Formats: sequence, structure tokens, C-alpha cells
Amino acid sequence: MSSRGIARKRVFRFSPPLLRTPPLAWGDALVLVGIAALLYAGARLALRAPAVISGPEISLAPGALPWYALLSTARMAAAYALSLLFSLAYGYAAARNSAARRVLIPLLDVLQSVPILAFLPVVLLSLSAVLPQGLAAELSAIVLIVTSQVWNMTFSFYQSMTTLPEELRQAATIFRLDPWLRFTTLELPFSAVGLIWNSMMSWAGGWFFLMAAEIFSVGSRDFRLPGLGAYLQVAANRGDLRAVLFGVGTLVLTIVLLDQLCWRPILAWADRFRLDMVAGEEPPRSWFMDLLSRSFIVERLEARVWGPFAERFGERMRGRRGFRSDPSYSGGAEGTISPRLAALLAAGGLLVLYGGYRALGLLLTLPAPAWGAIGLGVIATFLRVTASLAIALLWTIPVGVAIGTNRKLATILQPVVQVIASIPATALFPVFVLALLHLPGGLNLAAVLMMLMGTQWYLLFNVIAGASTIPQDLRYTTDMLRLSRWDHWRTLILPALFPYIVTGAITASGGAWNASIVAERVDFGGQSHETIGVGSLIAEATGRGNYALLLAGTLALIVTVVGINRAFWRRLYRLAEERYRMD
Amino acid sequence: MALPQTAAQAETLLTLEHVVKAYGRGERMFVAVQDVNLQVRTGEFVCLLGPSGCGKSTLLRIIAGLDQATSGTVLYRGQPLSGVNPHATIVFQTFALYPWLTVQENVEVALKARGVSREERRARALKLIDVVGLDGFESAYPRELSGGMRQKVGFARAMAVEPELLCLDEPFSALDVLSAGALRGELMELWLSKSIPTQAILMVTHNIEEAVLMADRIIVMDKDPGRVVAEVPVTLRYPRQRKDTACQAITDRVYAVVAGKTEPEAEALGAAPGQPGRKTKLPLARINGLAGLMEKLNEEGGRADLYHIGGELRLELDDLLPIVEAAELLGFAQVAQGDITLTPLGQTFADASILARKAIVAARILRLPTIRWIFETLQQDDDRRTAEEYFLEQLQQEFGDDARAQLDIAINWGRYAELFAFDDDTDELYLES
Repeated sequence: MSSRGIARKRVFRFSPPLLRTPPLAWGDALVLVGIAALLYAGARLALRAPAVISGPEISLAPGALPWYALLSTARMAAAYALSLLFSLAYGYAAARNSAARRVLIPLLDVLQSVPILAFLPVVLLSLSAVLPQGLAAELSAIVLIVTSQVWNMTFSFYQSMTTLPEELRQAATIFRLDPWLRFTTLELPFSAVGLIWNSMMSWAGGWFFLMAAEIFSVGSRDFRLPGLGAYLQVAANRGDLRAVLFGVGTLVLTIVLLDQLCWRPILAWADRFRLDMVAGEEPPRSWFMDLLSRSFIVERLEARVWGPFAERFGERMRGRRGFRSDPSYSGGAEGTISPRLAALLAAGGLLVLYGGYRALGLLLTLPAPAWGAIGLGVIATFLRVTASLAIALLWTIPVGVAIGTNRKLATILQPVVQVIASIPATALFPVFVLALLHLPGGLNLAAVLMMLMGTQWYLLFNVIAGASTIPQDLRYTTDMLRLSRWDHWRTLILPALFPYIVTGAITASGGAWNASIVAERVDFGGQSHETIGVGSLIAEATGRGNYALLLAGTLALIVTVVGINRAFWRRLYRLAEERYRMD
Repeated sequence: MALPQTAAQAETLLTLEHVVKAYGRGERMFVAVQDVNLQVRTGEFVCLLGPSGCGKSTLLRIIAGLDQATSGTVLYRGQPLSGVNPHATIVFQTFALYPWLTVQENVEVALKARGVSREERRARALKLIDVVGLDGFESAYPRELSGGMRQKVGFARAMAVEPELLCLDEPFSALDVLSAGALRGELMELWLSKSIPTQAILMVTHNIEEAVLMADRIIVMDKDPGRVVAEVPVTLRYPRQRKDTACQAITDRVYAVVAGKTEPEAEALGAAPGQPGRKTKLPLARINGLAGLMEKLNEEGGRADLYHIGGELRLELDDLLPIVEAAELLGFAQVAQGDITLTPLGQTFADASILARKAIVAARILRLPTIRWIFETLQQDDDRRTAEEYFLEQLQQEFGDDARAQLDIAINWGRYAELFAFDDDTDELYLES
């Protein structure tokens, strides 16, 4: 049965989608000035940060682990809730108001490629200048996680909002659904599947940043937070292997439990929000969901509590009922900015320009050798990122193809890989340091290893996904051509994988740059170790309170990553989209 | 059986006066609907019939208030329409059901939007589900239903708000033949027995037979620009039989109006892009389809009834008309009064070998201004190559959003004739040597 127009297939890759914007636009420059202004404001605040900050006492007793796990999870949950609200509001505004869209979407585009971890030191320092230490650390962890989680979710929601099927939209209009009813019966359900997939991605990324925030300490400033990250760091620092194992085990268990008890059921439940009218081949299943749906109590709760509540809540949200027809229903979104908003925007713009100007002033106080060091650091970090990407590509492509094209292998290995991949690289960093620090160039090795840990999984999952989409008949045809092994890879496998490798590599390199902040300088066993790199410069500046260097390093890192993204990855991405798509 | 209402009883529900819908501005303006006047009275079942691109769906959306006319007036019960028409609903071609809501919830949504209480909503939805014969499927999700059943939900939802004017946008065209037939019958039963409060039905279709079987009046539209070309009243009694001679006579007549008549050559060709004068679009037909039609006509002895040959080739009107148009444009066939006749040239083409066919097509399409313009542009280029972008931009000034399709067809024809081709790697058109 044809249901054309409705049955649009949506593909999920393990990476945020990129916008079709020109390589470098004026908007980017503006956003960068805005970031500089923000960083400057943070640095100014940070001047009053206490010179000595003591972290919490961490108990290595296994009995303390559930408590730490709970603390870490609570931070994640709080950050996620904020991210979700923000995504919905931002995406809704951008989709519904064309004036807002012109500002919000380019902003989103730059922000999602900025290495978020670069902000950690500034945020920590500035918040601890104005807030009690514990609260400041908690808040900056949450701010950090939110800034890492929110962009791809926002983008996904925005994209769903702008790709609502024409006839479903028209049906909503012709039956005169008011904005709230329209949001709950059309817009939110249609966005649900994409939003959930992206939430899962965001949540996984969030662990990476949480662990970094829980571990972060430089010199006399110890910003650690009681949680699994700090536990792991203390355990590694003391060389307590048993505690390290317990810590990693608890972390994995927490992540697996969350997946099984939370994300899988949500995913299985959200299967109803698929748009295609045919029953899926393999709908996502969840044992926990099955259990719940058979439960009498849950059924009762739904009928007696949730149903009436949703009805009442809906009534209230809808405000005035009746035959109101909203002009924005018919076709294009409105694009007006009220004078008040315009004035506000202008004031904000001036403030940003002023901040940018002051930031420039601060940067000019930095001596030339410091700039040289930053340049050198950026190059060193770049080499490390490149090395980790190259290693990751070398092993993930053959392994990913093997898993992706072999169903039997996939069923055995996929869950294992997923569990290993779920461990945030930042959590393992203290362990790498413990293992490698005594070797020559040990920290360098540990840093590359950590970047590798952060990057390789994105690549592997993308390669597996890509390999499993190579059509069977194409594989048979290629087999019949009796090509040599290399020709077989060159004519079929590599071109088919190309888009997937590119999307994986974009996310992976972003992760690697982020990792540099925590990986290039470490306090271990009462001593501080460092290696050349922009991340170590930023960490050092944080410890010593060298705000000009902090600002310069952070900006240099951001500009480098955004520049590489625009000049290199985006081109590859476009090429992949245009030439190597398999549909 | 319905007694036709006398003129005195019937009130005018809907009046369209000089309605125009155009997109874009100035040179790039595309007229989707030009100067449409029509009226719908109570008790009437009116069909808007025409090939795709004739603006019939656009017109329906203007009437429902989903879209606004560029100029002209739309009156409902004498009042100008602003915003969504509160007395009309649409049944959509692709059903437009919310896949995450059950059958009952889908019907209830329309009532919820009008602030009907929970209990009443439920009762009314269940009753309507019963009326359309979906009893027992209240808690099913749309994806569990067949196409015909889904469209029944579409009808139930539309009727839930008790519209005076029921707009149907090709409601049966996504269904298989049997389901479509059954659903048509059921709709006519509800309509003729007056068991629904609907005062008038306005249906968009490109299926001539369907229109003849159901409507009191058929408004025939044509494209480029979309406009009304004829009104055919159908006064036959219900239930109508497809095989009935009176029915077939009307079907034939409508076919003749829709397919039109072959125009004199100069008028048909139009002017080249960039040149003053009327522009004609290339019909969106591939040469292979054209060859198929020529062969079929040749088998049939060089002359056939369009309605008949459409059935033989299993082509919907929407697919058949562009091919017929291409045949006329190349001088392979003539159309008059619903019949298509092979010309001597068409006959030669049908009998020719593949190489000879290419030569014939090359000679014929070079007379078409668009093709000729592409060919000459390429000839004037030093390396006989020009970026696709250039052609697209020029065509956009003439054809707007249709430029892409026009260029694709031109390339298809040019490739067949081995005049020019397209290089996917460089996105350039180049001259075949």
C-alpha cells in the first residue's frame, strides 16, 4: 500500500548532522567574538577566585560506591533535564519564527563544533569566585554537561519541526488544533524518535564531561566533585588496583542499568512514533518495558492518575479553548521582531562588542613568547589528535566491516563492544596514567591513548552501520567480478563506507580535541606531569591564574577546531553527501 | 435514491470569483491557478478534474482556507473567507492520520480541538467509527489497518466535526482498485441517504471514471496555467454503472475535453528561453514511454481511443497525458475528440530500428526551442561543455520551480537522440560528437 509523502525514512547516524552553510561566514566571526567576550567576562570574574581550593575527601571503601554512583547520576539527570527543556524551547523558537531562525541556527552551528571542555577551567574559576566551592563545582559540572549535550538534541528537534509531513500539518490546521494540542499531537510525537536517539548520544557524551569535571584539579586548585570520577582518580593516584576495578565496574554497571531500565524501554515505547506505515522489521524491544506493560499497578496508574492529569494539564496549557484560528498556522512562520526585542538585541550586541574589545586588550598584554608557545601547543595537540584518529581508522575499518557484514559475529560482539564503548574515556585516564607514566614519554602515550579511547567507538559504530547497509546484491555482484582483494575494497567497501567514516571522524576528532584539556597535564602521586600541548597550557594557566594565557589558549583551541571543521571536515561531509550516498 | 433538489431550495455555499494563485514575482512568477470562477450549492457533489499540475489541489486548499488566493474573492455563504474555513474539512489522499494515535484518538483529536468534553468526545467518535464500519478497530493503530480502512478513519475524522462542505483530495487514489471501489460505494450511500449532515461535497480527482460515477457536475481543469476549461453536468441517476452506455458516453466526452486537440505547430512550440514570447514546457515524458505508446498505437492500426489505450497500457491519466503531449509535440500523433491517431512520421518511427529512431528524434527535437537553445549554447562553447548551473539558472527565470524537471527531461531527450549528454562528475552538459 502506498503512503507516499508520509513514509519518509529517517536514518540515524551516530553523529550530529551538519548544516549546509558556507565554509566560513560573518556569522562565525560574530559568534567567535561573542565567545571571546564571554570568556573575558569569565576570566574577569575569575580574578577573585581563591588561590587555594580544596577538593572533597574521597573514600575508597566499596560501600561508598553506590553513593558516588548516585551523585554522578543525579548530576547527569539534572543536566539532561535542563538540556531537554532548552532544546525544546530553542528548537521550537527557531522553527516557528523566521527572524529567530536567522540568529539561532548559525549560532547553533558554531556552538556544536566548539570543544566544550575548553570552557571548563574558565567556568570553574569564575563560578568559584562568586559561589561557595562545592556549589560552584556542582554548577560548573552541570553547565558543562548541558553545553555538551544540548546542541545535537536541539538540532534534531529543529530538524523534525521543519520536516513535518505536509499533510499531517495541514490536517492539524484544518481541524484547528491550537498550538498546545498541535505540539502534543503532532510536533512532539513526530520528533520523539530522533530526540530519543540524540538524548542517548548526549547522555553518553555527558558521562565523558562529567568524569572530566569530577576529576579536574590543577596545582593548588582542586575542583573535584564527590562522584565516580573522583573515586577513580583517587584510586589510581594511590595505586589501589582493587578500588580502580571496583570503580570501573560500578561505572559500567550504572551505565548498563540506565540503558536497560531507562533508555531501552523508552526506545521500545517510542516505536509507536515511527512515521512509516508498515510494521518494522525488528522493532526495538525491552524486557523491562514488557514487564511494566504487564503490570497491573502501572495500568491502574495510567488510567486513574496519569490520564486525568494529562487531560487537566492539557486544558490548562491550552488556555482559552474554542474556535481560535492562529494565523501562523497557514504556511510560513512569522518573521517579525518587536522593537523591544530589537533594542534588547542591539544592547546585547554592543555588550558583546565591548567584551570582545576588552578581551582583545587582555590578549595584547600577552608577550610574544607566550603566543609562540600557544602555536607550538596547538601543533603538538593537533599531531596527537591526528595520530589517535589514524590509529582508530586503522583498526576500526577492518573490524567494523567484519562485524557489519557478518550477522553471527555481530550478535556476539555488538553487546560487548557497546559495554566497553560506554565507559567514558575520561574515567579511564587516571588508570592509563598509572599504567604508563613510568615509561619514557608516558604522559604523551597516555594522552594519545585517551584520545583514542574517546574517538574509536564513534568510528567503529559508524563503520558497522555503514557496512551493514551495503546491499547484498551489490556484494554478490562484486564477488562475481572476481576482483582482487584491494580492488574489492576500493570499488565497493570504501566508497560505501565513506559517508559513515566521515560522520564518525567528525565526532571523533571533536572528542579528541576535548580530551586534550584533561590529558596533557596531570597531578599524580603528588607530582605534576605535563607534555607540550594547548591543553596543558590551558591547565597550567588555570593553576597559576594567568588569565591572559587562559583566554588566549582557550580561544586558540576553539578557533583551531572550528577552522578545521569548516575547512576540512565540512568539505568531506558535503562530498560524502553528494557522491557516496547509498539510496 | 436522492431526489435532486430544486433550484429554489438550493443555496449557494461557495463562490469563487476570479481566483488567481501565483508564486514568485515579476519574471519568475508562476501562475498555478488562473482566473477561476465557480459555485458550489447545497446538495451538490462537484468534482474538480484535471491532469497533475493543473492546480486542482491548490484550489481545494484555497477553498478550505489552508492557502490564500493571490487575488480574487472566495465567498462562503456570501461572506469572504479569512483563515481556515470553519465549515469545511478535508479528507487527504495519504490519509494524514497521526500514526501514534489509535483509530479512536485520531477521530477524537478533531473534537478535542473544539473543546468537546471527554465523555462526549468518546461517544461521538465511537458512533462515527461504527458508521464507517470500523467497529472493533477503535484501539488499533493506523499501521495495523489496510489502506481502505485507514481512509475510513480519515472519513470518520472529517465527519466528526460535521462539516457543511466536505472536501476530498484524491481520497481513493492511494488505494487498490477493489478497496477504492468499495469505499466509493459506501461514501455514496452515506451521502445519498443523507445520513451525514454534509451539505455539499467537493472532490479533487484525476480519475475520469470516478468523477463520472460520483459527481453531479464535473469541472474540468487544464494546466499551464491551471484554469477551468469546461463544466460537464452529469445528470445520470444513481447508482451509476461503469459499463452503462450513457456513463461511457460521458466518460468519452470528458476524455476529449481533458486531452484537448493538437495545436498548430508554431503555437505549440513557443519561444526559446531568454527570447520574448510564450514559453512551452516540455512534457515530462521519457522517450522510452513515448516509444511504447507509438508501438502500441501501431499495433492497434494507427488509431485508438485515448481512454481505451490508457487502460491497455495500464497508465493513469497523469502518466498518459505527458506521453501523448510529447507525441503531439514531436509530430508523431494527432489528438482530436478523445482519439489519438498516428501520423506518417509516427508510423515511420514505430517501424524504425533503434538507430533510425534516434535520428528521427534528433531531427524532431531540434525544432523545440528549449532543446535547440541548449544545443546551440553548447556548440558555441570552446570545449563544447557548459555547466549545468548555467542552464538551470536560465530555465528558472522561465519556469521557476519546474526548471529542474524541465532540464532533466531535456537531458533525457538529448541523450536519447545523442545530441548532448550530462557529465555527473563535473556537473556539465556536453555535446556528443
